[in-house]
Amino acid sequence: MDSLSNKKKVLEQKPLTLGERLYLPAITKGLSITFSHLFKKAATVRYPEVEREFSTNYRGLHSLKRDEEGRERCTACGLCALSCPAEAITMIAAERKADEKHLYREEKYAATYEINMLRCIFCGLCEEACPKEAIYLDGPIVPADYLRKDFIYGKEKLVEKPLEK
Amino acid sequence: MDAAFVIEKFILVAVIFGVSLLIAMYSTYAERKVAAFLQDRLGPDRAGPFGILQPLADGVKMFMKEEIVPATSNRWLFMVGPGLAMLTACIASAVIPWGSPIAIGDRVISLQVTDINVGVLYIFGVVSLGVYGVMIGGWASNNKYSLLSAIRAASQNISYEIAMGLSIIALLLLTNTLSLKEIVAQQHGWHWNVLYQPVGFLIFMVCAFAETNRAPFDLPECETELIGGYHTEYSSMKLGFYLFAEYINMFISSAVMATLYWGGYNYPGMDYVAATLGTTWAPLIGTAVFFLKIFAFIFFFMWVRWTIPRFRYDQLMNLGWKGLIPLAIANIIVTGVVIAIVEKF
Repeated sequence: MDSLSNKKKVLEQKPLTLGERLYLPAITKGLSITFSHLFKKAATVRYPEVEREFSTNYRGLHSLKRDEEGRERCTACGLCALSCPAEAITMIAAERKADEKHLYREEKYAATYEINMLRCIFCGLCEEACPKEAIYLDGPIVPADYLRKDFIYGKEKLVEKPLEK
Repeated sequence: MDAAFVIEKFILVAVIFGVSLLIAMYSTYAERKVAAFLQDRLGPDRAGPFGILQPLADGVKMFMKEEIVPATSNRWLFMVGPGLAMLTACIASAVIPWGSPIAIGDRVISLQVTDINVGVLYIFGVVSLGVYGVMIGGWASNNKYSLLSAIRAASQNISYEIAMGLSIIALLLLTNTLSLKEIVAQQHGWHWNVLYQPVGFLIFMVCAFAETNRAPFDLPECETELIGGYHTEYSSMKLGFYLFAEYINMFISSAVMATLYWGGYNYPGMDYVAATLGTTWAPLIGTAVFFLKIFAFIFFFMWVRWTIPRFRYDQLMNLGWKGLIPLAIANIIVTGVVIAIVEKF
């Protein structure tokens, strides 16, 4: 049948030449190629000790931000939990007391805030949904652990360190 | 036979056994390191400095693993298999001369366990026994893949033993002796047999790769087709024995190649060294040179493994029967004719 596209190419299989049937020329060529790799620099990064530099838009571990006075920005609106396609985020809201004004920026805050790192797919939608600029995925790689319960990160792991006075 | 002789031989046997195991142990480490360096990686480097303790960690792991004996296997043969593989791998080292005799005081100690006058035949006998470990293990597992692999191993070994034997005949025409001690002694200085028998050496080396089941002839254990081949059903230290036996085999074949073709413990300028250092220290340097040659061969084994892809089964048989055997026969004829002409004139 004629080819419609005119791109059809008939390849003929030639019998091996004597050199090819001896294997030896090809083997020496292969050996010299692998030998040259002995002297090349290893591409390995010794991970826990050395870390590869991340790109600036890398999405790693979440952190809950504080404002310039050191108050937690999160107001427990729940938009992050709603936007999360993996349903990794849960939170319980609470009302701010009068003597807690230096701790929380808005009248409502997250009493507990938990992200299940086994569910999280690090898509960054929570970051985009947040109206208060309270959550960012700017941390390192989430470390390995032994138990499932240890992958549920609470506020003690997520909230930024308080500002140094 | 005096007591000193027995003690001397006993120590020699123990040392050779220990050294074989040690080298086999560190061959596993070297294999991984060489593979890593050839692939621009680092290889194991966590256990101890540069991963030096990796073989120990592997050994402990092997011992701690659960041991499973398949219910439908032939229990007795299943257990004999790895032991046999290990045993046959170890006993081949008995006839290899590890160095020229050392004089300590007025005693001359031979660095060869036994100089039987059919040393070459002994090695061939033991090496061909080696396939029994694989065959028995593969058959006793009562598993399709294991059996296929055992059959492959047997037919591969039988095919390549012929070419190996024929390549040795050409060498024996030159040396006129089967004793390994005399074969090495004849290669004094730089008169190495590889210079007179390059084709024979090439055939022998290819066959050695096939006999030790190393890549590119590792069809008996090819992971992609036969899962693990003959040791599919093995676990724990039984598996360890099989893997270990392969490395001991590699060490022994390297030693045999170095002995038969690359001058054993001989090296250029050895007479000068012997004259200056005396008969106690010069043989030790010879032994060091011998081990250097062995390590070079072991490195070559690994280098080839991480370069060349596995042969297809029909290619393997083609190479053995249609390539190496006719070439070995031609080598015998040419060698014979040349020797006859040289002796005549």
